[in-house]
Amino acid sequence: MATSTTGQMRQPTSASARRAKAPRTEYLIIGNSAGGIAAAEAIREVDREGAITIVSEEPYLAYSRPLISDYLAGERSLDSMLLRLPDFYERNGIEALLGTRVARVDFDHKLIELEDGRRVAWRKLLLATGGTPIIPKLKGSHREGVFTFTTLDDAKKIREAVDRQRKVVVIGGGLIGVSLAQALVHRGVVVVMVELMDRVLGTALDVEASHLVEEALRQKQIEIVLGQTVKEIVGRPEDDRRVGGVILEDGRTMACDGVVFAIGVAPRAELVKGSAVTVKRGIVVDRHMATSCRGVYACGDAAEGYDFVHKTNRPIPVWPNAVAGGQVAGYNMAGRPTRYEGSTGMNALNCFGLSTVAAGLVEPKGDPSCEVLVRPSAANGSYRKIVLRNNRIVGMVFVGDIERSGIVFGLMKDGINVRRFKEALLSSDFGLGSLPDDLRRKRLSLPNSQRSEARGNEE
Amino acid sequence: MRPVYAKEDVCIGCGLCEVYCALAHSISQDLIKAFKKEHPRPLARIRVERTNALFLPMQCRHCPDSPCVYACLTGAMYKDPDSGAVAVDPGKCSGCWTCIMVCPYGAITRDIDRDIVAKCDLCPGRDVPACVANCPNEALVWIEDGAAGRASSLAATAQEGIGGY
Repeated sequence: MATSTTGQMRQPTSASARRAKAPRTEYLIIGNSAGGIAAAEAIREVDREGAITIVSEEPYLAYSRPLISDYLAGERSLDSMLLRLPDFYERNGIEALLGTRVARVDFDHKLIELEDGRRVAWRKLLLATGGTPIIPKLKGSHREGVFTFTTLDDAKKIREAVDRQRKVVVIGGGLIGVSLAQALVHRGVVVVMVELMDRVLGTALDVEASHLVEEALRQKQIEIVLGQTVKEIVGRPEDDRRVGGVILEDGRTMACDGVVFAIGVAPRAELVKGSAVTVKRGIVVDRHMATSCRGVYACGDAAEGYDFVHKTNRPIPVWPNAVAGGQVAGYNMAGRPTRYEGSTGMNALNCFGLSTVAAGLVEPKGDPSCEVLVRPSAANGSYRKIVLRNNRIVGMVFVGDIERSGIVFGLMKDGINVRRFKEALLSSDFGLGSLPDDLRRKRLSLPNSQRSEARGNEE
Repeated sequence: MRPVYAKEDVCIGCGLCEVYCALAHSISQDLIKAFKKEHPRPLARIRVERTNALFLPMQCRHCPDSPCVYACLTGAMYKDPDSGAVAVDPGKCSGCWTCIMVCPYGAITRDIDRDIVAKCDLCPGRDVPACVANCPNEALVWIEDGAAGRASSLAATAQEGIGGY
């Protein structure tokens, strides 16, 4: 069946008459977080009129997900976590259907069915559905006191339970686990972190930076168990329904009052199962954030966008990428052709005062095509590593003095040849002043566009 | 938007811009008290890079398309809809440093005492930003992006100085 993309309603036939009753929106966005909000704003920049509808299963105005750890720590209320002013939706003419789960997406007829039976038809659809926390199949994970930690509701549940929990086992030493552990320590909870890899933040940082973070965590009395995983969550002697402890793979047992899965998130793509939308690890998108299904876009943790370091598409579940991808999707949905310049794994972290920034390929592990420049960790806790391939930066780690890391990130993103000044990259004085005159002038006049259609490599 | 630009061949690296920036962002607004008595110490949001026999004062360029705003995890970093200046809401900033990671000018600073970031705010409430007003060598200029500047003579000087950029 031909599907109109010109905005005209189909002639109501007997078969489609019922469907035609569904109210129609120009732009339908599933997901009310980083990607969805960025897309809505981009759409509004181009199209002041077209109806925008945002659907989210969460009942809250868009809030900062990374701040759920501050919320759990008791340092923040929901008000100070909001991404935009409360009148954002009204001011931008956005209909927000919050606290409503999408039951089904009908790609043939371009409409969604909500769990409460309502239907909404769309002309352009954005899947900004985010990620689902990974929960391994574990004996005993049904017990009371087992949590995940990706949404505000998760944080609320842990917060409610936390007063009864003197000791919590955090499964996973990635970014979620580390920020969760920090929050729990602020609440006076004893934390044990169990990580399968031989170091924490194994995908975000290099070995040296991981060790510096481990040191910072241990200083706060967090027990870190590496190279291990939990094989069973056991109940309490007095109440088997509640968490009483864990058994590790090596047989060790540990008493605890709660367990949190912080293993990471997997792209959330259940709505497109069996549709024309191609999914690999995440929803596959092109450089315009368009999926394989016409008029359907995806961004953020749900999608696998272009990685400019690995030169391939892959899920990169970090906030800035969701915003950048959402914005590009929004422009394209509204008819302004915009190319996603790509991103790469990147994380900044403030772990009990230890500042780290890492991006790209941080641990090339003997890759002969890579050159690694290192400034070893100093007494003041500063450490720096730059990974080069063909004199172009492909990875960076900054610990401690991170202020000029953005300059290096920019050089990496733009594929600049650094041969003439690579030694300077490690200097604590490094700055734009360290670049050769011609390059410095160019960098200073950068239009600095996140999204220009034509951007070649310099040099 | 009107960011502050530096003429690197004119800057003598005296660092007065840093001093006056910190002072302008102090509570007491008094030079001695600001540097000797205030805790935490007020922070300069401009930094003179001193490398390669070159002095290069750097501060936020208030990019039209600001990577820091897009990267901000909390909504603290925003573009002022009226002035176009990039500003940070200290109440929302969580000190995660993501903006620092993506700033191509290295112009955002950690305010470690407060666990938030600090950056150039173009001195709201002043006619001219403190760094520009106190630069003894007129190396710092405050010009309109594009054509019509407020002070055409100043703009002309600046254009000359940063010609070729």
